[in-house]
Amino acid sequence: MIEIKNLSKTYNTSDGTVEALKDVSISIPDGDIFGIIGMSGAGKSTLVRCINMLERPSEGTVIIDGTDMSKLDSSALREARRKITMIFQGFNLLMQRTVLKNVCFPMELSGKKGKEAAKRAMELLEVVGLADKANVYPAQLSGGQQQRVAIARALATSPEVLLCDEATSALDPTTTRSILDLLSEINEKLGITIIVITHQMSVVESVCRHVAILDNGTVVEQGEVGEVFSNPKTEAARKLVFPEGETDPVIARDSEEVFIRVVFNGAKATATPLIAQLAIDKGIAANISYASTRSIGDGSYGSMLLGITGGEENVKTAIDYLQQMPGVIAREVPVNV
Amino acid sequence: MFENAFTSEAWETAVKVFVSEFPLAIWETVYVTLLSTFFAIIIGLPLGVLLVAGDKNGVLPLPGWLLKTLGVIINLLRSVPFLILMVLVFPITRAIVGTVVGTPATIVPLVIAAFPFIARLTESSLRDVDPNIIEAAQSMGASPLQIITKVMIPESVPSLLSNATIAVTTILGYSAMSGIIGGGGLGKIALNYGYYRYKYLIMIFAVILLIVLVQLFQTCGTKLAIRSDKRLKNKS
Repeated sequence: MIEIKNLSKTYNTSDGTVEALKDVSISIPDGDIFGIIGMSGAGKSTLVRCINMLERPSEGTVIIDGTDMSKLDSSALREARRKITMIFQGFNLLMQRTVLKNVCFPMELSGKKGKEAAKRAMELLEVVGLADKANVYPAQLSGGQQQRVAIARALATSPEVLLCDEATSALDPTTTRSILDLLSEINEKLGITIIVITHQMSVVESVCRHVAILDNGTVVEQGEVGEVFSNPKTEAARKLVFPEGETDPVIARDSEEVFIRVVFNGAKATATPLIAQLAIDKGIAANISYASTRSIGDGSYGSMLLGITGGEENVKTAIDYLQQMPGVIAREVPVNV
Repeated sequence: MFENAFTSEAWETAVKVFVSEFPLAIWETVYVTLLSTFFAIIIGLPLGVLLVAGDKNGVLPLPGWLLKTLGVIINLLRSVPFLILMVLVFPITRAIVGTVVGTPATIVPLVIAAFPFIARLTESSLRDVDPNIIEAAQSMGASPLQIITKVMIPESVPSLLSNATIAVTTILGYSAMSGIIGGGGLGKIALNYGYYRYKYLIMIFAVILLIVLVQLFQTCGTKLAIRSDKRLKNKS
């Protein structure tokens, strides 16, 4: 059980103090895969570093299995860190050591050397599927393979918690998938609590059971993934759930056409042919300039951009018509934004 | 000034001196250079490590005044011209070697001139280590000493080797200057024959040999540095 209570972190910079985290409280049950999602600059990396005290919190506590991390002296903290390991966006392998020696590294730090360490390292490389690469150097591996080595390394000291700091952000979608599968497998087989820091919705959706949404240093929503994502209550959460909804795609603007943005916010709308219905009922032909929707739970989320011709009247009719659908918001998009 | 340099008589003397004196001179130059580099590394490397690790964001922060003092001493030593430094450190040389002239006596000023330089080179090598790798080691529970010995130094070996090569060639240049205080080697020959006796051809020979030595050290050092670097992908 990891309990983060009223955690705050402020930095003193030359431009004054910066509040990276404000009164963050999260509790993470044992064996969970917990996602912490937020835009860049939201404070995710700082938060994860406060868990293993790579960053000292300014206020608040982090309690892991009853131990207050901030109260540990440096040698006790080093000991504790062997049970709370970490993987990174940039993999951070030792580039002058072979793959095997990299996996041995944390064991070496705790005084476990030689054959015994090498044997365990080989077993772990087996787990991550890279036993055949034991004697090559990290530079000869792809990003996905390097991350696998990093995972094997993180497992070397039999941790109870694995912190993943944007661990898949530097990887392509297929590799991301395979790394996430590996993490799920590790979570299931070894029962390790995994904390996933990411800015990618898809990562949280596919592996996490619980999620906390971090915005501007505060937790704006937290709970079960399905629940939070199917009913985002805050602006920050909506931004994450439909990232495209906030930015306009580049479109050629026709002087005749007026654009309407239709946001599906949990509507059952895509079940009914909404746009076709608009044409039939009101005789307005809408030109779909852009659309991106996804289904979460039994609702639809996302947005569409409709081009309507035929003047003010038509636009107003269309907006009114769309607005009356539950969970649908339609708004005229100002031209030349 | 070179009109008499290439007469057949000059060639004859030059070849004679070359055969009789150069082998010893080359040996003296090489051993003074390598030995001085060795001692300078023994002093300079730990200082370089301290400069980086002791930084306020380093793995082993030292009190600010200590670090500053260290920096000032290093800069001071580096700003004294070697010719003057040789004379300035006579008391230290006498205390260590027992005399201030001769080949072994030149090692002392060479080491004193070179270790601050090596400390700075070490500093620049170690600062190049990816801070994320250091953070990763910290996240695994590495102690500051372990980070220095198992991460910072091993990770910067290629850079340290190429900087050591720069140090060796620079020290070689300094060692040639030590002919002034009676240190042996190619520098002494160049000085004695070229400057005091106008035997320019011999001086040219000595200079050519110095160039060859620098080339040799540089080539070997670069090769070693490249060979040691495991970040390079396309190596056999």
